[in-house]
Amino acid sequence: MRFVYVTLKYLAVCLWSVFVIAPFLWALSTSFKDFNSVTGGATYIPWLQFEPSLEGWRVLLRSPAQGGVNIVEPYFNSIFVTCSASLISIALGTLAAYALSRFTFKAGFIKNSDITFFFISQRIMPPIVLSIPFFIMLGKLGLLDSLFGLILVYIVLLMPIAVWIMVDFFNKVPKEIDETALIDGCNPYQAFYKVVLPNSIPGLIVAGLFCMIFGWTDFFFAFILTFTEVQLLPVAIVALNSSITPWWSLSAAALVCVAPLIVVAFIVERYLSKGNLSGALK
Amino acid sequence: MNFKHKYLFLLPGLLVLLGILIFPIGFTVRLSLSSWDSFFPGLDFIGLENYIRLFTDDLRFWEAFLRLSFLSITTVFLQYVIGFALALMVWQEIRFQRFFRVLFLIPMMTTPVIMTVIWRTFFHESLGPVNDFFSLFGMTPLWLSDEHLALVTVIIVEVWQWTPFMFLLMLAGLLSLPKEPFLAASIDGAGPIRKFVYVTFPLMAPISIGAIIIRLIEASKIMDTVYVLTSGGPGTSTETSSFYIFIKGLREFQFGYSAALSFTYLIIMIISLTVIAKILVKLMIRSN
Repeated sequence: MRFVYVTLKYLAVCLWSVFVIAPFLWALSTSFKDFNSVTGGATYIPWLQFEPSLEGWRVLLRSPAQGGVNIVEPYFNSIFVTCSASLISIALGTLAAYALSRFTFKAGFIKNSDITFFFISQRIMPPIVLSIPFFIMLGKLGLLDSLFGLILVYIVLLMPIAVWIMVDFFNKVPKEIDETALIDGCNPYQAFYKVVLPNSIPGLIVAGLFCMIFGWTDFFFAFILTFTEVQLLPVAIVALNSSITPWWSLSAAALVCVAPLIVVAFIVERYLSKGNLSGALK
Repeated sequence: MNFKHKYLFLLPGLLVLLGILIFPIGFTVRLSLSSWDSFFPGLDFIGLENYIRLFTDDLRFWEAFLRLSFLSITTVFLQYVIGFALALMVWQEIRFQRFFRVLFLIPMMTTPVIMTVIWRTFFHESLGPVNDFFSLFGMTPLWLSDEHLALVTVIIVEVWQWTPFMFLLMLAGLLSLPKEPFLAASIDGAGPIRKFVYVTFPLMAPISIGAIIIRLIEASKIMDTVYVLTSGGPGTSTETSSFYIFIKGLREFQFGYSAALSFTYLIIMIISLTVIAKILVKLMIRSN
């Protein structure tokens, strides 16, 4: 009985692993193909089934003028936008979360929990609802197709995540810590900055990771609010898809784009195993 | 602890968020009362005409909405069952525990649209590996161009992408459970199945509900996958609400009408998610 149970467990886990890995392996194999090996039907193993070529990867480094695919600039744009928006969201979100966790706010029927809910509920907002007004608004401000405009929009996307994670986190940091600091003569800002913040680094890291994930993986706003001047990575790669679809460079570009965040999976797992994540994610 | 300073902590974030949001929402409402389109741009006032058209003469919107409900509920249900099962399997002893945990998290770290581009080649009807496999049995299912199957393909991709999120929340929950109830159950001689039914599942109920609601919220926005995988097709058979509004607003430039669609969609979303959340919480209280 136990043997059957264990066998079934390993079988299930392995099956799911295959499902998870399959698209990556397929992309990896495709990225070494050329026109003939792609159009000849599905093949998987280089040398044995098809003659590998480095064309897909070379194209990424070539300039567009030479028939290359420009992903270097979108790459830096993506990094810049994701990091700036994450940093701003975390800075503002952490301050707000601290206030919501420590002080009482009351204005009529609005209480702390309502303000927190207001922050978090922004995740309910479907991007499409915001896209048309943003499109017109940024157009009027001359920020359409600019990095600054995108960062502004991404703050709306990311701040709810920062607030959500940090409010939970601060609720778990004992209040006595800041009270002691205040008695020792710190003003509230010093108490926050010198005492509470250093104790919240795990929470900040988790919030940061989640902001990075959701910022890096967003496609929709980047797609609608930029055209030619500024391109983010997902948009650049999807644009490849709509042309004649050279699968080899498409696969290579896709792998290059998803690679950095796979590292994040390792960090998240670390936190998970240490039990730090359960505090931050409720 | 109460300070005048407390507003200095709260307000920067709140004001930035409000500042970026108030205009778009107000503007959407105003826009929905106008007939702004590519021929006659401008904010005129036509009353509720757009809404009347939407409620009486736009079957496509309601079909898209039904399809979205079906898609979100199916995918979230599958994600929950699979994610919870996987979390249970790597929660306790298993060989290569860290390897499996990391591996199961990876899909949620990847950019949905980019993986969808890969999935498109994966499900390609003549050149992809899926049909390479099915052709062994003499079948060539039309994964992307059959009305019903295209929907299944969207579900498969969504499940691949977001089960890790469910897995993450459930595993984090499992790891934070107290040990005592499990010891007590072992002493009472409960087997693994009874332990799950009477101990693990009830303890995980609050986390499950949170996770399901979060995923439902995210699933209700499904659009990227559809855009890349099938572009809503064949015909309109995989079109979701967001995608339909996108077509009306940013492809046909019927800004006024699409604003009415967006606003209605937002209200329906808020109401139905609140109702679902209330029902789930009530179910949980009753089961305990």
